[in-house]
Amino acid sequence: MKFIKNLRNLFLILFATLALSACSTAKKSQTSGDVYTGTDTVEYLASGVKDRVFFATNKSSLTSASRETLRKQATYLRKNKKLNVTIEGHADERGTREFNLALGERRANAVKDYLMTYGISGKRMSVISYGKERPVNTESTPLAWSQNRRSVTVKVK
Amino acid sequence: MKKIILISILYLFSISNLFALIKIDITRGNLDPLPIAVSPLHVEKASESIKDLKIKDLGTQISKIIENNFRSTGLFNPLKKEAFVQKPDIAHLKPRFEDWKLIKAQALVTGKLSVKNNKLKVEFRLWDLTASKEMVALAFTTTPSNWRRVAHIISDKIYERLTGESGYFDTRIIYVAESGPKDQRIKKLAIMDQDGARTKYLTLGNELVLTPRFNPSNQMVTYLSYFRNLPRVYLLDIETGKQEVVGNFPGMTFAPRFSPDGKKIIMSFAKDGNSDIFTMDLESRVVERITEHSSIDTSPSYSPDGKYICFNSDRSGLQQIYVMKSDGSNVKRITFGKGIYGTPVWSPRGDLIAFTKVRNGKFYIGVMRTDGSGERLLTENFYQEAPSWSPNGRVLVFYRETKSGAKGKGFTAKLWSIDITGYNERKISTETDASDPSWSSLLSK
Repeated sequence: MKFIKNLRNLFLILFATLALSACSTAKKSQTSGDVYTGTDTVEYLASGVKDRVFFATNKSSLTSASRETLRKQATYLRKNKKLNVTIEGHADERGTREFNLALGERRANAVKDYLMTYGISGKRMSVISYGKERPVNTESTPLAWSQNRRSVTVKVK
Repeated sequence: MKKIILISILYLFSISNLFALIKIDITRGNLDPLPIAVSPLHVEKASESIKDLKIKDLGTQISKIIENNFRSTGLFNPLKKEAFVQKPDIAHLKPRFEDWKLIKAQALVTGKLSVKNNKLKVEFRLWDLTASKEMVALAFTTTPSNWRRVAHIISDKIYERLTGESGYFDTRIIYVAESGPKDQRIKKLAIMDQDGARTKYLTLGNELVLTPRFNPSNQMVTYLSYFRNLPRVYLLDIETGKQEVVGNFPGMTFAPRFSPDGKKIIMSFAKDGNSDIFTMDLESRVVERITEHSSIDTSPSYSPDGKYICFNSDRSGLQQIYVMKSDGSNVKRITFGKGIYGTPVWSPRGDLIAFTKVRNGKFYIGVMRTDGSGERLLTENFYQEAPSWSPNGRVLVFYRETKSGAKGKGFTAKLWSIDITGYNERKISTETDASDPSWSSLLSK
């Protein structure tokens, strides 16, 4: 019995250590690759429906987390049929201005295309690129840049 | 109402000595700048007074502008006026060469001016002190309000005589004036003289504006505006202030430039996530597709003869520079170095392409030959881009953001210039923060 109790204690300690370390890594690293995975700058279209997805440097491909966010956006848009949205594409400050305008446009369209595959009409969505002109985090750090490489779905009022 | 600026030039004497002894070698940097004395221009006593203009001080003011221009090249060393021993009027008549040589001057500029019948007459002479000879003598007549331009034209004439290349002082720079916090930056089109004087704002800042560029005659500007939140290429007439959108594209148009003949605008058009290069003829309004590729194609710039276009594309995976014929055929990648390349701009002399390069977290302004060989990086910084050529192809103006404070939250954006030798980097003074400069051609040709 004592052995089992000891074993259980050991497991508890192990579990606690694991949980702690998981907790600390989540706080330290808010990016995977260099795609932002945190929620600091995120706003919500509705409860549980994030308004934005994030991108890797120079990339416009959607991560699995981004696709999950967009599927929720699609569900939300299907429920709110009268709602139109503008999809803003943004880039970080670590590129040239003109190329970033093109990159922002490509990111916004990646989102638009994905929402269309989930049944949202292209007519309800307009796209605009701001390149690097409208950062959400004005710091010059890798974290800020990861938060600025984004595509934001904005309700049209 | 179109304001016509007329400056008549009178050659007082034929240029007598084509084989002067002093000549500046500008293939090197500013290692040994030429000592030059710019005597204040003598103001004739009989001059009329003009509203808002102190004629008495004009001679000194003009000589100061000439000095500043010379100093900014890094090729000249204008000497202190305190050491000058001859009065301006007497020096202009016939300098005592020995006296000027004593203060180690190798060239001397003298002049006089007068105002009669609301006309400003300015006369100047350039003296070769080594050969004890006059090199150039010219006179200008214009309206008094043009006095700054006269100072720049004189600077150009002297620069041309001493370097053998055309000058770039009688020019303007159009740029984006910036203010406000970074996430809500207010941007206006602004225009100023090359030396930072006479700034004029062309838009109010209600909408975001980017990347203004002159047409060859410097009367029109093409730029990107977010008017009504629709990013499109616009055309602006500087004198009349008239603006119009360029073409009827169902999506964002950006990265505009004029063709060398001024008849077309070349730009990117982005649709469905893909940017390609198009031209529009400004008279016939005919739109022509130049590139068709699923990658990003942007930042097009013509060669001065109009036969080729350099541009930026990520068709190889990352941003690189490509050159093609102006009809879009014969696309060739010219950059293969480590890092990414952007903003290619063809030199007005045709021999070089200037660019921005990003590598290991640093931004570089560089030049290379038009086949991509002979790459030279002129300046390195945390963030800088968008070079634009001086009309003689000697100097680049670009903009740089200098970060400050914790995590680089504070910053200033300023215009800088650098000689293509990599020497003589200088900040250009602007009233506000500034970005996206574009250098005009010479105003008086």
